[in-house]
Amino acid sequence: MTDPNLSATPQTLSTVPSKPSFWNDPQKRALVFQVLLVIGIGILLWFIFSNTLHNLEKRGIRTGFDFLSRPAGFGISQTLIPYTEASTFGRTFFVGLLNTLLVAGLGIIFATILGFAVGIARLSTNWLISRIALVFIETIRNIPPLLQILFWYRAILPLLPGPKDSMSLAELFYLHKRGLTIPAPLTEPAFVWTLWAVLGALVLAFLIARWAKYRRESTGQQFPVFWTVLVVIIGLPTLVFFLTGSPLNWDIPALRGFNFQGGLTVIPELTALLLALSIYTAAFIAEIVRSGIQSVYKGQTEAASALGLRPNRTLQLVVIPQAMRVIIPQLTSQYLNLTKNTSLGVAIGYPDLVNVFAGTTLNQTGQAVEIIFMTMLVYLVISLVISMFMNWYNKRMALVER
Amino acid sequence: MENANATNAKPEIAVSLRDVNKWYGEFHVLKNVNLDVERGQRIVICGPSGSGKSTMIRCINRLEEHQAGQIIVDGIELNNDLKNIDQIRREVGMVFQHFNLFPHLTVLENCCLAPMWVRKIPRKQAEATAMEYLERVKIPHQAKKYPGQLSGGQQQRVAIARSLCMKPRIMLFDEPTSALDPEMIKEVLDTMIELAESGMTMLCVTHEMGFAKTVADSVIFMDAGQIIEMNTPDEFFNHPQHERSKLFLSQILGH
Repeated sequence: MTDPNLSATPQTLSTVPSKPSFWNDPQKRALVFQVLLVIGIGILLWFIFSNTLHNLEKRGIRTGFDFLSRPAGFGISQTLIPYTEASTFGRTFFVGLLNTLLVAGLGIIFATILGFAVGIARLSTNWLISRIALVFIETIRNIPPLLQILFWYRAILPLLPGPKDSMSLAELFYLHKRGLTIPAPLTEPAFVWTLWAVLGALVLAFLIARWAKYRRESTGQQFPVFWTVLVVIIGLPTLVFFLTGSPLNWDIPALRGFNFQGGLTVIPELTALLLALSIYTAAFIAEIVRSGIQSVYKGQTEAASALGLRPNRTLQLVVIPQAMRVIIPQLTSQYLNLTKNTSLGVAIGYPDLVNVFAGTTLNQTGQAVEIIFMTMLVYLVISLVISMFMNWYNKRMALVER
Repeated sequence: MENANATNAKPEIAVSLRDVNKWYGEFHVLKNVNLDVERGQRIVICGPSGSGKSTMIRCINRLEEHQAGQIIVDGIELNNDLKNIDQIRREVGMVFQHFNLFPHLTVLENCCLAPMWVRKIPRKQAEATAMEYLERVKIPHQAKKYPGQLSGGQQQRVAIARSLCMKPRIMLFDEPTSALDPEMIKEVLDTMIELAESGMTMLCVTHEMGFAKTVADSVIFMDAGQIIEMNTPDEFFNHPQHERSKLFLSQILGH
């Protein structure tokens, strides 16, 4: 009974887990290191901040954001919102921002359309079409984007004639060295009804699509949704437009001396930047689309065919939904790249945020720290918004496994 | 679904292959294949890998194109007429080695996709039919799950149900159990045996000799793109006629 060996054995086996010493507890260790790191970064930041302030003060450079309300005193070649030389530096920020967003937004749309078209062409069974797509992709994506912007701006656009001998289409559109001049719309108050009609048509189109889906699922009958929606979206606003007495006039451009009066002129810097960035990004998007479609296992198409689905339905219902999983994350980074690349417009003088605000405004005010900080913050916010949207979309498309 | 002419003295031919030839580049994969499958017949096709078994049944629903000869399915000749191909594919179901379920759709949606888009059946009715077949393959409770959440055996049974939802008159099986773990083979074979007993015309490429003995009306042995032997399972397994079939049988039954 009192054999020490017998009683000792079970005791050593069922030892209470001994508490590790403070330094050997992984959780406590991690906590200590994290606290130390935060303190270290805090000290570093404080040092940089106070040092900068001290230096700026010593050299007599102003700090703070009151420069934003001072008059700017310089002109900008393209302004989407009213702007004169008497406007403030703060206004130059918004003019530049809108110009950046204009190129980024239009560029994303054009690059996506062209990229998907080229990507699908790349997979075509037609030898010539797929080769043309291949040559396009390999040429465009291996030339630096800055060079491509300069190519369009310096090599191609200057080949156009001057305003006096511009190429004109029906005496309404004029293409010349200084840009593309088009008639400008002048709206009357009643035009607002046409805009409402556009909105109404979109809502109606959405409802028609919903109803057609419901009808297909409940009766199995197909409805020509595409054509009906097309007629509604074009037809309804047109009808309202004429019923309200065509409340829209055009300011037709006319040549006066060496330049055009009236109309709207798209500056060549915008054309060049938009062409270069759209085409450059499209080449990457094309490869992404090709790889996405090819990533869908061949058995998927075979199973769909064996069930009697036609190739176009197979693409729509089976291949594309699965390809999108691969395409979307990469598409996001291309959209972000395009947005960031708009700052290359500086090289040809396109008045984007970097050129106007981080360029001219910075030179005039000398407040580099604030201006660069604001500009970087803008790109960060734009990128995060695009990322967030794409992540949300990606989550919706993700596959459920396990 | 039952054909009114089934009472004719002459059995109705479901699938007929006449001098079918196919090449992959230089490689002659099918050499003068002739085969008649009667309605309701269950045929097992076996043979060494690369002998053209899969290619032959994949020609029947035009997943592969034959280059010479004639294939007639359900009285419709398979040629370049897209309408004929569509019509044949509606009547011929197929089950693959790797299941090929659509991973972005639930089990139920997998089963309803083709009936809704090809046969244009209302969703409610398609779902009811799908549930009926999912019950027959004994996984109705998995209907709302995604294929990635199921085991291999369950996925293959869903794939069988998905094909059956199109109410095909002929079913093709391309090595349906080859990608499965041993303990899951039985559940798939049981489903196939049940289907065979319901009178479905079936062509199965498989090495499951037990299945062949239980349900097959005849066994086809293929080698190097040719049908070497076609016999009842009893004759084929006990008295194989050709050297190649004897060798093949000794290899797969020998262990």
